[in-house]
Amino acid sequence: MLTEFGKIFIFILVAILFTIIAIYAAKLIRPSRPTKEKLDVYECGENIEGTPWVKFNIRFYVVALIFLIFDVEVVLLFPWALTYQDYGIYGFLVGIIFLVVLGLGMAYEWRKGDLEWARPTPKKVDVKFEKKNLLQTNSQINVESEN
Amino acid sequence: MGFLQFIWDGIWAVLSLGNFALIKILLIANIILITVSYLVYFERKISAWTQNRIGPNRVGWRGALQPFADVFKLLLKEDIVPEKANKPLHTLAPFIALFVAFSTYAVLPIGPAIQIGEETVNLVVADINMGILYVLALTSIGVYAITFAGYSSGSKYSLLGGIRSSAQMISYEVSMGFSIAGVVMMAESLSPIKIVESQSGLLWNALIQPIGFITFVVAAFAETNRLPFDLPEAEPELVGGFHTEYSSMKFAGFFLAEYANMIIASAMIITLYLGGWQIPYIETLNLGTTVTTILQISAFMVKMGALLFFFIWVRWSIPRFRYDQLMSLGWKVMFPLSLLNVVYVAVIIMLFNV
Repeated sequence: MLTEFGKIFIFILVAILFTIIAIYAAKLIRPSRPTKEKLDVYECGENIEGTPWVKFNIRFYVVALIFLIFDVEVVLLFPWALTYQDYGIYGFLVGIIFLVVLGLGMAYEWRKGDLEWARPTPKKVDVKFEKKNLLQTNSQINVESEN
Repeated sequence: MGFLQFIWDGIWAVLSLGNFALIKILLIANIILITVSYLVYFERKISAWTQNRIGPNRVGWRGALQPFADVFKLLLKEDIVPEKANKPLHTLAPFIALFVAFSTYAVLPIGPAIQIGEETVNLVVADINMGILYVLALTSIGVYAITFAGYSSGSKYSLLGGIRSSAQMISYEVSMGFSIAGVVMMAESLSPIKIVESQSGLLWNALIQPIGFITFVVAAFAETNRLPFDLPEAEPELVGGFHTEYSSMKFAGFFLAEYANMIIASAMIITLYLGGWQIPYIETLNLGTTVTTILQISAFMVKMGALLFFFIWVRWSIPRFRYDQLMSLGWKVMFPLSLLNVVYVAVIIMLFNV
């Protein structure tokens, strides 16, 4: 007799088999003529510049941390949600306290600016200073050319 | 004659093993495959209709054989793995994507229980009592496929696309989980069949908890990487996002997985919020069991078709979000709303004792 999880196991086996066949069956008929240019990664047709593992925004890491905390809380919430109707007002109060604490954590993160995505702020340029410099260099050039 | 009877008995014993499990598995797997390949065709046709074009019309009657032509073209293409790529991970990623997309469907019911002989057969591969957790767990594994693909390709576009995508998917997963908690509270069960049965009559969760419905649908769009949330692929910025360096059947793997995920997302929306296979008050018509069952299965198919059309329609109508808008929508709007939804459902159950 097959249990329900046994059926899922068979289904997963079928899925694995299917993916392997789908991706590897074509190996028999497709060409394979690699050249150096083909094996380069795509960079708009230019030669590759630097390492492919570039630096990326630290915000992604913060998002992952926040996700971890809240996803654990989702896991804690599911057993409560499942038996909520059995406990009446007691279950209601417990759940509300939990959700309020969760909401406070959320508000804290919001207030601290952890949910703000970094946007580039335009650099303040000292216009006068730049102009002065520009004039100086111009005059220097003039002097140089006169000499 | 006795020998044939013996063989037939053997075949029947294998086929009817565990309430016709094998038949159901093969049936569901084939339905997903055919639906996925024709979904691509319908997407192209509907997009053509939206943009006042003709769309594919050369292969077969009005282009009806286009999916097969596409598959053969992809089968014959050379499979290129870049030199700089991390080869094991690069190969593993499309496998994970396809495997997750196909095995998730095991717990989602497409119709009511039917009688075959003396046995009651549920129209679902496996009726486990925590099916919703199974779906959530597998869709979380799906994030790995995209992260691996992005990291292992050795291309800047892939890396950025993969990281963007994983951040997006985990952000929306939280609000998805909280929305589901609201449904679980109403149904008192994690089994998809029980959840569908709890929405009898017009007690559809979409009507009882509209906020949860909206947050879940938005999260489903984000999880399937469809427009307006297709940041990971964002063609004008990132070439192809995480699948820039994939070709041949590995690319097809990601492509099929995206469409299979759409089907799963629609089935989840129907099961959790739109009453599954149920038609409100159909039992009052006294149509007999067989007719009712057929009508209910077709009701499921119609809902499915409508939702898939909605997915495609949205894709071709709405522009893409900017990345910071996407993240702030996920954390500052969807997440508080889904929390509020849980409180709202708790209060409703307290007040009306549904």
